[in-house]
Amino acid sequence: MSVVLGFVAPSRPQLLLAAERNDGWQRLHDSFADARQQLADSGAELLLIYSTQWHSIIGHQMQADSNPRWSKVDDDFHDLGTINYDLKIDTDFADSYCEAAQKRGLAARTVNYHGFPVDTGSLVVAQLLNPDNRIPIGIVSCNVYADRGETLVLGKAARDAIEASGKKVAVAASTSLSNRMYTKAIDPQNDKIYSQKDDEWNRKLLELLEEGRLEDVSQLARQFATEAHGEQRMKAMWWLAAVMGETNNYNGKLFGYEAVYGTGQALLSLCPQHSSSQLFEYDEDSSETYQGDRDILSK
Amino acid sequence: MSKGEIVSGCIAPHPPHLVYAANPPQNEPRSSGAGAWQALHDGYQKLQKSLDSKDFDVLIVHTPHWKTRVGHHLLGVPQFSGLSVDPIFPNLFRFNFDLEVDVELAEKICSAAQQRGLEMHMMRNPDFRVDYGTITSCHLAHPQWDKQIVCISSGSTHSDYSNESGELEMLALGEATREAVEKSGKRAVLLASTSLSHRHFTSEPADPEDPEHEYIYNSNQSAWDEHVLGLIRDGKCQQILDEMPDFIEQSISECKEGALTWLLGALGVPDYPAKVYGYGTVIGTGNAVVEWRGPKQ
Repeated sequence: MSVVLGFVAPSRPQLLLAAERNDGWQRLHDSFADARQQLADSGAELLLIYSTQWHSIIGHQMQADSNPRWSKVDDDFHDLGTINYDLKIDTDFADSYCEAAQKRGLAARTVNYHGFPVDTGSLVVAQLLNPDNRIPIGIVSCNVYADRGETLVLGKAARDAIEASGKKVAVAASTSLSNRMYTKAIDPQNDKIYSQKDDEWNRKLLELLEEGRLEDVSQLARQFATEAHGEQRMKAMWWLAAVMGETNNYNGKLFGYEAVYGTGQALLSLCPQHSSSQLFEYDEDSSETYQGDRDILSK
Repeated sequence: MSKGEIVSGCIAPHPPHLVYAANPPQNEPRSSGAGAWQALHDGYQKLQKSLDSKDFDVLIVHTPHWKTRVGHHLLGVPQFSGLSVDPIFPNLFRFNFDLEVDVELAEKICSAAQQRGLEMHMMRNPDFRVDYGTITSCHLAHPQWDKQIVCISSGSTHSDYSNESGELEMLALGEATREAVEKSGKRAVLLASTSLSHRHFTSEPADPEDPEHEYIYNSNQSAWDEHVLGLIRDGKCQQILDEMPDFIEQSISECKEGALTWLLGALGVPDYPAKVYGYGTVIGTGNAVVEWRGPKQ
């Protein structure tokens, strides 16, 4: 089997802890109900999350604690309260994903440590898209140094592991779109996208995604990140495109798009389809393996 | 009440590797003792000895690993304890901590910085997990854990606006810190928890402490580190500030998180030499243990 459904999903704690404070936050929170239904209807047996808020340096990390239980307080929005979590992880898949990444030349490792801090972005997606641990999940980190080539390889390794698992898998990229945030406290009632330019870029990206043009969005990620401060250079789009097959052959469905503290947050699904009505081109190579960086510039 | 003072200002880098290598009882992983970071270990021993000879009440640490974007935040809960697991190096750092916070001084710093126009917040959630940078720098500088701490987050003005804007904020935050310390009557040690050059290798040897795999990421990084250390030794801190935007950009310096500029601001931009106790690399990044005596008179 392979990927049966993909999501671009928001990452901010307001949606989990304080949605009622802003009409837009509430709408985006509530839109998860339809996404949950689509996830259930897909028959997915596993939800794999790539989180731009779980930063790694030593290659790529896969959560492999079968039951992470702890509490999370957001670094900025600690006044909103505490996110208590009790997750169910598919540890066999974590091992398989790690091995697949290593086979493609990536530095990768599983992490299985009591008290390991699961990041806010993963928790927002896990708790709103998959409450009560309806299906097991996987979580993979975002390497801060990885650029497009390495991130594509990480996505392809996920696809290797998914195909080897024989399971129906849904994948989610937890990321902001535009990531300019208010740097002074605001009244939640006054929240809006930080700038009109950011809003326009977000809407253009979402327009492409609604047309199912994920690969086109992947190709545009660098420009979007430059123009709209995309979170972690929008590498979540590279990962998502690679794990879903690097095509434009999807049915896109936008559940919601709102501002959260000035950033652009959207919930959108991509369902694979077999026929393509779109032509597209690859502007850059798509690497199959990663060669590493340790000995390029050193000594 | 007598006037408080900053008795020492230190660069106290926070690679968890250094705690791991020391094998303190609080840390769960055990190191091989292969010695990759010996120069920094020795540097911290010298700093510990120096601080042990001083009379002080509180450690004030500015940490890059509590990142905030809505201004600068300070811990505002009197006590924290628990297990700190480094999300980046969990194989090296799983540290059982128990620390007390000087909330009164933190509030004074918060207030003084607000009066200078900075966006400031107190963190009052008791479930908050203290970042590993704070724990690491405090432990390495003064492992007795017998002093209260004040912890200041790393605001993101450098990233959200520009290096120049960030530098101005950090100088103001440093000045506010000094003013608050003086009003508090406390004797404070300041810790800038920061590396210098900050490009990591993205792979790790089987034994993370294997010296054969430990060296600077590239010669550009070491050239910048040596240059900045030269200015520190020569007491040319204003020149450091003048060159900081270039240092940040050209060496991917962790000083972008503001700790060193905060420290220099609190010390009144020293024009006298500091003691460089040690310099070494950790997974390719450049790190120095440095101490200035109190503020410029």
